[in-house]
Amino acid sequence: MTLLYIIIAAIVLLGVAYAFRMAGQAATSNKPFFRDMPFGVAYGYVLGAVLIVLGVWLFFQPQNVDGVPQAGVMFFRWAVQVFVVFAIAAYLFRLLGRSVGTEGSKKLFRSMPLTAAFGILIIIIYAIVAIFAGAIAPYGQEEVLGAANIVPGGNPAMNGNPEFPLGTDQIGRDILSRLIFGAQNTVGIAFVTTCLAFLIGGSLGFLAATLGGWLDQLLSRAVDALMAIPALIFALLLITIATAWAGSASWQVTIYMILIIAVIDSTRVFRLSRAVGLNIVVMDYIEAAKLRGEGLGYLIFREMLPNAYAPLLAEFGLRFCFVFLTIASLSFLGVGIQPPLADWGTMVRDLAQFINFAAFAPNVALAPLLAAGAIALLTVAVNFVVDWMLHKSSGLKE
Amino acid sequence: MAGLLRIIVQRLLLGIVTLFVVSVIIFVAVNALPGDFAEAILGQGATPEAVTAIREQLGLNQNAFTRYFVWLGGVLRGDFGVPLSQALFAGNFGTTATGTEVITVVDQIMPRLRNTLFLAGVSAAIAVPLAVTLGILTALYRNSAFDRSMNVTTLSAISSPEFFIAYVLILFLAVLNPVFPSLSNIFPGMEFSERLNRTMLPALTLTLAVTAQMMRMTRAAIINLLASPYIEMARLKGLSPMRVIVKHALPNALAPIITVIALNLAFLVTGVVVVEVVFVYPGIGQLFVDSVKIRDIPVVQACCLIFAAVYILLNLTADILSIVSNPRLRHPK
Repeated sequence: MTLLYIIIAAIVLLGVAYAFRMAGQAATSNKPFFRDMPFGVAYGYVLGAVLIVLGVWLFFQPQNVDGVPQAGVMFFRWAVQVFVVFAIAAYLFRLLGRSVGTEGSKKLFRSMPLTAAFGILIIIIYAIVAIFAGAIAPYGQEEVLGAANIVPGGNPAMNGNPEFPLGTDQIGRDILSRLIFGAQNTVGIAFVTTCLAFLIGGSLGFLAATLGGWLDQLLSRAVDALMAIPALIFALLLITIATAWAGSASWQVTIYMILIIAVIDSTRVFRLSRAVGLNIVVMDYIEAAKLRGEGLGYLIFREMLPNAYAPLLAEFGLRFCFVFLTIASLSFLGVGIQPPLADWGTMVRDLAQFINFAAFAPNVALAPLLAAGAIALLTVAVNFVVDWMLHKSSGLKE
Repeated sequence: MAGLLRIIVQRLLLGIVTLFVVSVIIFVAVNALPGDFAEAILGQGATPEAVTAIREQLGLNQNAFTRYFVWLGGVLRGDFGVPLSQALFAGNFGTTATGTEVITVVDQIMPRLRNTLFLAGVSAAIAVPLAVTLGILTALYRNSAFDRSMNVTTLSAISSPEFFIAYVLILFLAVLNPVFPSLSNIFPGMEFSERLNRTMLPALTLTLAVTAQMMRMTRAAIINLLASPYIEMARLKGLSPMRVIVKHALPNALAPIITVIALNLAFLVTGVVVVEVVFVYPGIGQLFVDSVKIRDIPVVQACCLIFAAVYILLNLTADILSIVSNPRLRHPK
């Protein structure tokens, strides 16, 4: 039924778009902007305008009707508010970057799109939270406090408690503290894993590119075989085995998980660094260095690495996202980071059922979304920055 | 034509070799388990008699080499063995828990594999046309407000974890506006429309996850071509931008687009694990996760092999299609 209305509205808009273009042509006495406007573009303008009007209308709907919270409106308002706050914060951050700092950094910020500024800001915030989690969090991550299932929002009338602004979970741990410690655990572990993957994949890749021959063949075929198994499936299989080895020691499971994901992801890093390396070893300056009699270490670290810096850095960002998402997914499936360590994936799984209460208690549904959102926010931020870097280094203008 | 056939046969053989290597990897990985299945599963209550009985039943008293070929032989005949949970019970009591015939791994996997393929099919049916259309539109109106907002949206969709997308969809389409059910309770003999309705939310989640990638690739592939002389020519002839893109740029951009579509279909089949768990969709991904948790090795092995086979097959298809669609690769010098 709703679908029917949407289709009818879309058809009506066709007419409106036509009228809009006609009116534009008449009002501006056939300026090229309206004269050459394809019908699709006119339709796009009208559709955009309608969506904005609808959004504003929804934003100013009452949040409560006869004491019943209008969950849809509230979620929409929150989403819009968060979006606006982030946009303003990113804008201010870019403004700050443009006026403070060295000449180079100012120049960097001047050419930066808003999304990249947003990404950098978020990454900095996450880094600070992760490093100083112990000092920022009001409670410990494993601390079981008085009451369980306190509703987020800190409003006593709605079953909240100002001492726990985001409420507590099923066994009474403070969700805010666990979110903050989750930054330390999840992001920290993902970071260590990515570094490890780069260490393995990068060094082997460059080695294969410089030495070539049977070593290159051996490594490349091994990587081909490993890459033929989907990453998440392979990780799950290996972790099954690892948990059998580790027995009941949960920290061992985490160590094994780091190693497993590092090895699986190092295959992707190997491919890239080998490809980049192969392009570099044929350069004249490598030839010159070889003729000078430089050793393998000098060749790789002083000649090749500086020239492979840009693609590897971008790959580091993307790889970090993949590793981070894999770890979050594994934890979500219950085989990743082990409790009692606070971790976002596990939190989402534990709190997920509260989503079903969203219709009459929107606050309650917020907790699992916050944990999942924390994961999404970081990966989105990293991707924005990587996208900008790739765009900058490729020199694409169109 | 003969050359083309040779390339395809070559790739196929390569795929089979890869699959063989993968089966070795899986087998070796599983055999790295400490002790053996019998001890691992019986745990505390392992009496020597029970362990011997199960070892004999599973053929564990042979060496690894023999076991591998027995397993591989079984797999080739479509026999993946008996789930450990069943084997255990049958070993102890001579019958299954319900007293019926022993359910084999294949019996367990087949209906679920069908469900997963159905889910992947529905998502692909939505995602591929959507992605190509949006890709063409963003290439057509590049650098406009529409293109930029699509860029930000798709980038966010790619980087969000699947369960975040899934829960947001549940929140808006199941809880706040009950359009689709949030649990995909599928069983055999359901009506098609009902089945489609219940598959919709997981399918939409997967669609959001893969559309973005395909769309960005389509856009990039088309824009890459726009600097070519023949596009310039088409523009100078006075063709409309839409016609230039659809008639002149798109056919030449097909190879990368087809590749990325095939790769994303591979992702659809293998990346369903998380989505199936969220929506309790009775597919092979969920079976895999459950088996991983209880360490049901025959099922884990079988699922792994199936996932790998699908993955390799689709990658192979991508490879072959990109050769077929590119005359330069079709007639290598």
